[in-house]
Amino acid sequence: MTEETGATPATASTELPEKLEQEKYYVRFTLPQRYLHAVLFSSFLGLAATGLPMRFSDNPAARLFASAVGGFGAILFFHKFCAIVLTLAFLFHLKDIFSRAFINKEKGMFWGPTSMVANWKDVQDLVGHIRWFLGLGPKPKFDRYAYWEKFDYWAVFWGMIVIGFSGYAMWFAPFFARFLPGWALNAVLVVHGEEALLAILFIFSIHFVNTHLRPGSFPMDMVIFSGKETEEEFKKKRALEYERVAAEGKLKTREGDKPVYWWINFAKVVGFTAIAIGLVLLVLTLIAYFGGA
Amino acid sequence: MGLAAVLLVGAPFVLRGQTDCLSCHADKTLQDASGHSVGVDADKFHGSMHGSLICTDCHTSIKEYPHPDQPAPVKCASCHADQASAIGGSIHDGVSANPCTSCHGDAHAIFPKDDPRSAVYPLNIPRTCGTCHANEALAKKYGLQNVYATYMDSIHGYAVSKEGLLVAANCMSCHGSHNILSHKDPKSTTSRINVPNTCGACHGGVKDEYLSGVHGKSLAEGNQKVPVCTDCHTAHAILQPTEATFRMQSTPICGSCHKDQLATYRDTFHSQLGLLGGYVETARCWDCHGAHGVLPASDPASPVNKANLIKTCGRCHADANLSFVQYQPHANPHNRKLNPALYYVRTFMNLLLWGTLTFFTLHTLLWFIRAKIEQGKSAPGRIEQGKEAKHD
Repeated sequence: MTEETGATPATASTELPEKLEQEKYYVRFTLPQRYLHAVLFSSFLGLAATGLPMRFSDNPAARLFASAVGGFGAILFFHKFCAIVLTLAFLFHLKDIFSRAFINKEKGMFWGPTSMVANWKDVQDLVGHIRWFLGLGPKPKFDRYAYWEKFDYWAVFWGMIVIGFSGYAMWFAPFFARFLPGWALNAVLVVHGEEALLAILFIFSIHFVNTHLRPGSFPMDMVIFSGKETEEEFKKKRALEYERVAAEGKLKTREGDKPVYWWINFAKVVGFTAIAIGLVLLVLTLIAYFGGA
Repeated sequence: MGLAAVLLVGAPFVLRGQTDCLSCHADKTLQDASGHSVGVDADKFHGSMHGSLICTDCHTSIKEYPHPDQPAPVKCASCHADQASAIGGSIHDGVSANPCTSCHGDAHAIFPKDDPRSAVYPLNIPRTCGTCHANEALAKKYGLQNVYATYMDSIHGYAVSKEGLLVAANCMSCHGSHNILSHKDPKSTTSRINVPNTCGACHGGVKDEYLSGVHGKSLAEGNQKVPVCTDCHTAHAILQPTEATFRMQSTPICGSCHKDQLATYRDTFHSQLGLLGGYVETARCWDCHGAHGVLPASDPASPVNKANLIKTCGRCHADANLSFVQYQPHANPHNRKLNPALYYVRTFMNLLLWGTLTFFTLHTLLWFIRAKIEQGKSAPGRIEQGKEAKHD
């Protein structure tokens, strides 16, 4: 971060007009990845909004919602619909990983600085980050995916397997009963409900704050919608990746066009709606959990 | 005529037949000193049950004309002694100064109870009882529920009032007539101990089924805590068991005694979706356990006996198989001894849930505070990149 440190007020003021004119944008997410996130959060909101009333069916808000949409039948129908959408998205993602790793032989998929797989540096980053929170050390520099981003990814990955499996086991219980023990039919509801509750509470509080609402990204990190971030954001948030790409002389290949206004505005409307729905569900969930227990 | 008038007014004479009295009382506008109507509809009276009687048979204190202004009250009991003594021991004793006419109506127009003109004709009974029991003020005075409207909307009330079904239950069918007792009185037809017999007078098949079940047997032994017909079906509203309202309210009724079973049922998908309504088919207690003749699971005839589970579960779950019915509809994830696997699954999931959330809540909170501090350190109005300089 020495380069940025050099940006003293004096140099900053001379650089500013030039910067505004030719602010560079770098691609972080591809279009399919951005669509995947959109499908993921839309179906997740749908699943949460229909799943929570079932989990907390003795809660007045749940019953009000149920009677407003036509009772349990309508809720379960929509829940299953969103589940299929999310399952397809998950399968699409698996196929994407598979073809990137084994057909296109893309390097660094499972190991290295650009991989989603956790490594020793993530542990060091976690410790270093917490030391920085407490004022005990400098802020660590992050690579393409920081440890909390990897955690988000794997939490969703694991969550989809667990919630998906337990959900389908309930949906097609007589079929699953052929190879699952009797107690598992009882366990799947517990697993489904608890894991979903974890996912809902985690996404609507931790992920929202870490990724979108924290100072520096507030009110929303647009990179998942536009796919691009400014050079300044790139340098600041993912210093190691920037430095590495710059050292390899590949910065030029990562450059992208400035996102168009209408798209950003559209994404903001969608994104803020999602965050608003999520926060409302979070509050209702906490009320139902602690009020009903 | 002049002589007759003189005779009538001038000298007392013995009254012999209806005509003597009716020569005055046939005037329907006739009133006594206190303004009460003392007119009699002669035609109606002649056609009535008592039409062949002579007025003085009932109005015994009147022997001759002119008679006193306030003759003694008529005593129906002098003929109807049994009914009078029944009323005397009933809940209606002393409630009315004229207990007989309160229900039977105009004393000069009493018809047999199978005559549609009678106030106690089966189709007229609800209205007759309703004169008092649909009266809010009276209901309040005696601390009664106003059940008239509920009854009239019920399947019994509908059958009586809309279909004119003579065999449908009217008030009297369950409560009796002259000898009505409070349901708290064990001798009452509506006491808990007698309700199955009272309902069973019509619903004989269900009564037999009930008496063969655990609840019926226990009731016969004198245990009044067991549910009787009215606990589930209610006494007056009598909801249709297939209706959403009945299905939605039936579970807590069983749960009022079977508390553990209700609590464990509440944890299941059956209950979760059942509570949301709009999908009333979801299994309630009696869908699996049976309704009237509930038997212990150990009884081979019980629908929840192991041998019958595939059939019972299969009523909703078409593909139910032997391993499917290993599902426990009352599993308790809090009970390590009874449901160890479920207990450990739940414990693990809870640890995962609260462990993850606790760690990341702290992590995010500390991060947020640090980020705010760093933001505050940079001079106001300074653009983003200035911030990073502080902690390098």
